[in-house]
Amino acid sequence: MSFYGLVDGSEKSLIQFLDQLSGVDQVGAEARAAMLATRSIKTTSKKWAIETAISMVDLTTLEGADTPGKVRALCSKAVRPDPTDPTVPSVGAICVYNDMVAIARTHLDAIGGKHVPVAAVSTAFPSGRASMEVKIQDTQDAIDAGAAEIDMVIDRGAFLAGKYGLVFDEIVKIREVCGDKAHLKVIFETGELVTYDNVRKASYLAMLAGADFIKTSTGKVAPAATPPVVLVMLEAVRDFYSITQRRIGVKPAGGIRTTKDAIKQLVLVNETAGPEWLTPELFRIGASALLNDLLMQRMKMSDGYYASPNYVTID
Amino acid sequence: MATKKDSRVEVKKTYKLFINGAFPRSESGRVFEVTAKNGDFIANPALASRKDLRDAVTAARAAQSGWSKATAYNRGQILYRIAEMLEGRADQFESEIALTSQITSAKAKALVSEAIDRWVWYAGWSDKLQAVSGATNPVSGPFFNFSISEPQGVVAIASSDSFLEFIDAIAAAVVSGNTSVVLVPGSLAVPAMSFAEVLATSDLPAGVINILTGSLDELAPWAASHMDIDGFDISGVAKKKHGALKEAGAENLKRIHSFGSGKTPARILAFMESKTVWHSVGV
Amino acid sequence: MTFEYAPAPESRSIVSIKPKYGHFINGSFVAGKKHFPTINPATEEILSHIALGGVSDVDKAVMAAQKAYTKTWSKLSGKERGKYLYRIARILQERAREFAVLETLDNGKPIRETRDIDIPLVAAHFFYHAGWADKLDYAGLGHSPKAYGVAGQIIPWNFPLLMLAWKVAPALATGNTVVLKPAETTSLTALLFAEVCQQAELPDGVVNIVTGDGSTGSAIVNHPGIHKIAFTGSTEVGKKIARAIASTDKKATLELGGKGANIVFDDAPVDETVEGIVNGIFFNQGHVCCAGSRLIVQESIAEEIIEKLKVRMAKIRVGDPLDKNTDLGAINSKEQLIKIKELSAIGDAEGATRWSPQCNLSDKGFWFAPTIFTGVTQANRIAQEEIFGPVLSVLTFRTPQEAMDKANNTPFGLSAGVWSEKGSRIFWASQHLKAGVIWANTFNKFDPASPFGGYKESGWGREGGKHGLAAYLKNGKETGAK
Repeated sequence: MSFYGLVDGSEKSLIQFLDQLSGVDQVGAEARAAMLATRSIKTTSKKWAIETAISMVDLTTLEGADTPGKVRALCSKAVRPDPTDPTVPSVGAICVYNDMVAIARTHLDAIGGKHVPVAAVSTAFPSGRASMEVKIQDTQDAIDAGAAEIDMVIDRGAFLAGKYGLVFDEIVKIREVCGDKAHLKVIFETGELVTYDNVRKASYLAMLAGADFIKTSTGKVAPAATPPVVLVMLEAVRDFYSITQRRIGVKPAGGIRTTKDAIKQLVLVNETAGPEWLTPELFRIGASALLNDLLMQRMKMSDGYYASPNYVTID
Repeated sequence: MATKKDSRVEVKKTYKLFINGAFPRSESGRVFEVTAKNGDFIANPALASRKDLRDAVTAARAAQSGWSKATAYNRGQILYRIAEMLEGRADQFESEIALTSQITSAKAKALVSEAIDRWVWYAGWSDKLQAVSGATNPVSGPFFNFSISEPQGVVAIASSDSFLEFIDAIAAAVVSGNTSVVLVPGSLAVPAMSFAEVLATSDLPAGVINILTGSLDELAPWAASHMDIDGFDISGVAKKKHGALKEAGAENLKRIHSFGSGKTPARILAFMESKTVWHSVGV
Repeated sequence: MTFEYAPAPESRSIVSIKPKYGHFINGSFVAGKKHFPTINPATEEILSHIALGGVSDVDKAVMAAQKAYTKTWSKLSGKERGKYLYRIARILQERAREFAVLETLDNGKPIRETRDIDIPLVAAHFFYHAGWADKLDYAGLGHSPKAYGVAGQIIPWNFPLLMLAWKVAPALATGNTVVLKPAETTSLTALLFAEVCQQAELPDGVVNIVTGDGSTGSAIVNHPGIHKIAFTGSTEVGKKIARAIASTDKKATLELGGKGANIVFDDAPVDETVEGIVNGIFFNQGHVCCAGSRLIVQESIAEEIIEKLKVRMAKIRVGDPLDKNTDLGAINSKEQLIKIKELSAIGDAEGATRWSPQCNLSDKGFWFAPTIFTGVTQANRIAQEEIFGPVLSVLTFRTPQEAMDKANNTPFGLSAGVWSEKGSRIFWASQHLKAGVIWANTFNKFDPASPFGGYKESGWGREGGKHGLAAYLKNGKETGAK
């Protein structure tokens, strides 16, 4: 593993790299995110943003009560979000627990959804508290069942205790397990990391360790994907690209419920990392309720009057 | 009172407590009677119990962090909004005070005007307290040293039966970011609950001001000994009972004060704490 | 894949501009004699015609202000004065959108800035000062401090309504009455403010507005009935005023020019620093007396900062000020645009390296692309003279002391910025910088509670906070005249 030639794999080398990163001023970062939230996106640009956001949604169900029936319903929704309108694009992916992957993949293939990947959460999601063996098995099971994307969680306890080498090594191992079968998203659970300095550190740590995507949250802890957190992560991928020429993706997850929220995220991407990131290859939104709001806004744009939840399916 | 056969029947109000932005009855189910100067029945306001007090303190504590973190400008604006609402209902307050207290209509009118203006005076203090009570201190050494004043937390108030003093005590407590639990004696219950309605329509966050009508004799000692109350304004309690309250309050070194009528920023500062910070200065 | 923002114009239907305006004297609008046009600098469209106030108009206004002071305003308690100011604050909040649109049309600055910054601050200034009116005894200015009577106030075109608020609110709160002259190119919001005074039922003559040009301003400065002058504008005119009142007993506060140093240390939080630099010089098109117009960056990170700055500048949206997505609006006037172009040409001639992102500038209206000059040194004119436009001069430093020396090496002393994550360094710098306002890890932040004003040739006195009251009270700390 070359780690882009920036670190040598040892904790010492990693810490040296992370220490020379600039700090993040909380007030300044929040002010920048707030200013970008005032962008007014209307008419043609709004239409484009809604379509794009739909194609970026990782439609998610991660409940203890998930059943094959629930997962199949979600898959139908993912492929054809609006049964009355075939022009609506499919979502970016389906996101489920690893024991639902096979059911999802089978059903998607059966209904013309071969183009929709299945992402599995992994490594003792959401807490990340389990042995390395269990985390590796968790990941392997998902890949064997047909997951093309793995959303792993980092060990926040280790991170907060300063054991950056441990966090790094775990990501490296899971990246090895993914091989070329799956892309790896690394979830930070930013609500537990709390400071923007930590979010920046975690971003670089994960990218150096081999992440294909960096992801804000599990969706189980608030605050989740706040605009300033996403801003800091977008700055990290932008700067990482200028050092390594490699573009890493960003996935905010949790707390993005309305079209307005989603459009704010796209504006953040546009004016921070840049328009090259405005594609499902490099930007995803982890959400469930968001999709219906996007559909209703899309309806309003084409119909010219406000929509009602009666006209979108619940799953 | 006899009524004409064709005169309209009024819809009379039920008077409850004001806790956490809502109007619950007393958990004890008790009420007491309020009569007009001439003895006519007016209402059965709730007679608050120590458990209502306990709940009010919980609400005040929960609201305190948010209220103190609001900008001084924001607090000032909310308090000014309350004055706008008071002004709009001045007539109602005048008639309620004249009806249930011993003073005349004309005096009640003057009192209400004074009370509204007094409230506005306090609202304007919100963003000036630091200029007047804070300081940077010229210590001997390479340090930047500053003192700022912060709200103490939850302040209980035992109000007198004067509407003006009631207003004074509450505004002084909350303008700096404290939240409060106000004990109101029976004769002030009716205008005090109208005041609660004003609070409920003024963008004041729930729990910042809580109003309990009832017996000061019964509730003041419970407030004095409550370990999660930081300050206590006992202006409405008879002087001879102050000693016992202060003894009870000593258990958590409660800041206990009483004030006469008249306005002074000292009343606000009495429920604030001063914090001094040293920061080294060097490259 | 590109995300083009569609036009998002704020509607102008909320404002109704009269074809001609007179002056506001003694509570009513009175006709003017001569008029001059006022235009929208983004389109050069004529918005209206403004009266050119002469000596007799100023005289009428001062008489009205004196009468109002003697007969009404000085007889009111602070409590009642305060309530008028609260009313004004609330009406300004109610009509905020109308004022924001009008200010953008008249000044050329983006609607986002008038809507989110200028107008909210205007209301805040009135609200804050309303509360001082009956608390002057506590302002540390002695017992029962007294007003002067009539204050003559002359304000600039860069923050028209905000500068009006900075002048009128404390003057009224302390018990003075005013005669105010807005800038030639931006009188409309002041005239609309007169309507607010009427809606608030402010007693006649307490606020008087006389429009005009430099001659009108002189008439105010020289009027024998005015003992207190407040001026915000260029250092050149400030000095003229100081000379004019030298042998009188008139007092003056002056808010003049600046060449603010924005100092970036190697441990600055980089991304937020870049935002702060951009905000420091491109906010309000750089038409800001306290603009961070000199970037003084530690040599060891200069390259990184400048690179990031250029990438960030390329995202600045220059265009229609009424579009909600516009970041940089129009230059306020042809005259100002000429000045900016001249000084920029001097920068080229002095050997500095100019850079601007690619911008599509309209050929109607007055526009200048955001610009930086790197390789600037102390001895360059663009490091010393105020350009008052979206032009940043970049210099470097090696040691903290050198940064302080370069920052202070100017006749100005209005503002400075310090960027570092080290607290002790920030406090050390703030002790060394000769500037009336120092921003640490932020820039261009204003608040009615925070005093503002400059050292040296940036002026006399402070506005805002407890300090700002002093200028309007006789037993307060006196600045400016004997």
